Amino acid sequence: MPAHGDINPTPAPLPPDTAPGRVWMVRGARAAISIPAMILTAAFVGYAGLARESGLSLAETLAMTGFIWALPSVVVLTGAMTSGLGLIPAAFAVALASVRLMPMTIALLPIVKIPGKTKTWQLLIASHFVAVTAWVYAMKHLPDLPKEGRLPFFIGFGATVSSFVFVMTGIAYLAVEQMPPMVAGALFMLTPVYFLCSLWGAARLRADKAAMIAGLCLGPLFFLYVPGLDLLWTGLIGGTAAYLGTRVLRRGIS
Amino acid sequence: MSGEALLSTWWGPFVMILVAGWLATDIWRWLGVLAGGRLREDSEVLIWVRCVATALVAGVIAKLILFPQGALADTPMALRLAAAAAGFAAFLIFGQRVIIGVSVGVAVLLAGWTAVLQLN
Repeated sequence: MPAHGDINPTPAPLPPDTAPGRVWMVRGARAAISIPAMILTAAFVGYAGLARESGLSLAETLAMTGFIWALPSVVVLTGAMTSGLGLIPAAFAVALASVRLMPMTIALLPIVKIPGKTKTWQLLIASHFVAVTAWVYAMKHLPDLPKEGRLPFFIGFGATVSSFVFVMTGIAYLAVEQMPPMVAGALFMLTPVYFLCSLWGAARLRADKAAMIAGLCLGPLFFLYVPGLDLLWTGLIGGTAAYLGTRVLRRGIS
Repeated sequence: MSGEALLSTWWGPFVMILVAGWLATDIWRWLGVLAGGRLREDSEVLIWVRCVATALVAGVIAKLILFPQGALADTPMALRLAAAAAGFAAFLIFGQRVIIGVSVGVAVLLAGWTAVLQLN
């Protein structure tokens, strides 16, 4: 956790709505108690079941949750490990599944960064919390806050959600064996429906939505015909087709 | 070293998680921080990158619904498709609220599942 004292303005006469970074962090932590965070927690509880079925140990499951902190990437790595993929192909698949974090981070940056004041290392640490849930919340709510408060608020929010999810994933891993099949099944179903809704909600361009539809159709096809590399092909072919198709619609053939 | 050989050691899975998981994921977040400001968010390259990423995650979604693991694998595929479609439709109709989509999806799954068990 970075020391937030560093980025605060010296307590000169402050405008009435300016509070120190610590206060914004606590406010972010409080805002983390939210419906999206609950859905994400439930989805990770479902993932704990999947991890156990896939033969991962508790320590491995928790390491994945804490280090990766992006559920689609976690699910991709779990799949890669169960199908015995080597280190390099697995890293490649996860890296491809995680590319979207870069444009997401780039989009978030101008909102939280105060040019000349915010340190790069602070942003590097905060960037670990960039994942669908916190990002959608941040893009929607951070612009309403004073600029000084945004980064600590985001860190408070992200750290709270990820610690809570981390603990709940561990508890769920231990409890999942006693779970009735229907409860476990309902939790497994939660993840894809949650992704479906939040991915659509985060899509801003027609190209994003076209890519999503292409991926939904091509994913199962490639899984049946080129298993192993199916996700890579789905992304490259579906994504490129969606990009080119909507580009022609946007600006004609050029 | 093949995947199986690596994963058969006690430390193998953790190397896998750190390199293929942590590094492969956080590298994009770090690159985002470092490239931010230089790359325009609406540049053509980024639009394409986001398309590839979105299609890939959508592929993950489709696989989770069509070829699930664990308890969900016992349910009919048609039921899972119906549950996901109903949830997504409800999400779109009722103001794009994720909680509504997820609740409807899970409710349809549980109702259908109960019905299937009753019929058998």
